[in-house]
Amino acid sequence: MSDITQRDIPLSPRRIGAMVLRHVYLLSASWPRVLELIYWPTVQMVLWGFITVFLAQNSSYIAQATGVLLSAVLLWDVLFRGQLGIALVFMEEMYSRNLGHLFVSPLRPYEMVCSLLLMSLLRTLIGVGGAALVAIPFFDYNVFDLGLPLIAFFLNLILMSWAIGLLVAGVVMRYGLGAESIAWVAIFALQPLSGVYYPISVLPEWLQPLAWALPSSHVFEGLRELLFHQTFNVGMLITAAWMNMFYLAGGIAAFLAFFHAARQRGLLLHVGE
Amino acid sequence: MNSRTISHMASDLVIEVSNLTKIFGTLTAVDGIDFAVHHGVTTALLGGNGAGKTTTIAMLLGLLLPTSGSIRIFGKDMLHHRYKLLHRMNFSSPYVDLPHRLTVRQNLSVYAHLYRLRDVTRRLRELATELDLTEVIDRPYGKLSAGQKTRVALAKSLLNAPEILLLDEPTASLDPDTADYVRGYLENYQRTSGATILLASHNMAEVERLCSDVVMLKRGKVVDSGAPNELIARYGRTTLEEVFIDIARRPYQEAVV
Repeated sequence: MSDITQRDIPLSPRRIGAMVLRHVYLLSASWPRVLELIYWPTVQMVLWGFITVFLAQNSSYIAQATGVLLSAVLLWDVLFRGQLGIALVFMEEMYSRNLGHLFVSPLRPYEMVCSLLLMSLLRTLIGVGGAALVAIPFFDYNVFDLGLPLIAFFLNLILMSWAIGLLVAGVVMRYGLGAESIAWVAIFALQPLSGVYYPISVLPEWLQPLAWALPSSHVFEGLRELLFHQTFNVGMLITAAWMNMFYLAGGIAAFLAFFHAARQRGLLLHVGE
Repeated sequence: MNSRTISHMASDLVIEVSNLTKIFGTLTAVDGIDFAVHHGVTTALLGGNGAGKTTTIAMLLGLLLPTSGSIRIFGKDMLHHRYKLLHRMNFSSPYVDLPHRLTVRQNLSVYAHLYRLRDVTRRLRELATELDLTEVIDRPYGKLSAGQKTRVALAKSLLNAPEILLLDEPTASLDPDTADYVRGYLENYQRTSGATILLASHNMAEVERLCSDVVMLKRGKVVDSGAPNELIARYGRTTLEEVFIDIARRPYQEAVV
């Protein structure tokens, strides 16, 4: 009977692809879902774009680097959408009461993690990429002009978003859909500390070490340094990357630990709306 | 059923459950049960609501970790060889669903890739024909009737031509015609593939028709087991339903043999 299946392997790109395919099917069949991906980043970008236009004429700070707010908005959305992408894709399986079927297939939890990361990347590129393109005709601002540093900023933020997203998905798996609001609000607890729109030096001195423990703070400080002083602080981004390795490992470990707890408590069979 | 006699003679145990226990806080859902399922046999797990049937099936699949005890499938420890064994097994339950917005074809394709099928298109065509799904294959799963959904769930559970099929109430909430179709299909699948089937059911007529062996559970313990006709004779009843009611209404201590 086994001749109809290929030999089982511990890490199967095909199984990861199958999970990505499942969500691509969902996205491609529903234009409101695609629109929703682009809608909020675009609204945010337009709002901050007009604020920038106003401040550029009335604030010497903004006048020095007109793109600073728009870039910050778009990069903040990388963090937000990346984290939300993981949580929503995972919760989609819970809404559809599909986890029981998935985890009686040979799908490994770490293959599930890989598929969540890929879907998060895809959703973020669609959402934030769309908004970034809209900024060009609206405000004559092209975030892609940042060049290679933009890739470093993006990678650091998406890695951090994955760490938080996996932690949130694990919490929702363990505590059920009653905890789903965490997926929407968790990241905002870090926004004031990340220095998205202002330098970390604005924060009280006692809070600054906590802020510097976040990779996002290094990214947004690096962004300002680039825009105001045309200096790309590689060291700052490497520090952020090291932190991200640590946090992402923590996020994966947390997800797998929550998965183990869900198996102990029989939660995988009884989740849903 | 002949397959039972043949397989018992061969004495090839496919599922061996030993002293299996699951405790949730203060509730002992499964209490040190032992049973075995022979190759090519359809076995029923019977018991009232809360007897531990679904919990036992979830542990057999590795969805739920036992508190203690062991599960051996094809002679291998389930906890340590779970993923290799899952490749040879499958499961269907009305309490687990498939994504409603995906079409039947999309749902089955995703699972076909998860099981790493060699020829997805061919297998989907075979199952769609066998389970009369050809007309609904490109319709969203959520728009199907209960009977059609059950056939899709069955198709999903047969994608990898499993050697062990675990079914939790396979005909629950189906009309008699659809339920009869599903039973007929399972009988035929078991006969032609030689698969081992373990099912939990509340439908005693279904169990009498499909199963060669029965394991009776009550409050997490195995209270009796044997072939349906043996149990009927042992309890001096005429149907398995009467045996079920007899066991269910006996005082607990008396029921535990």
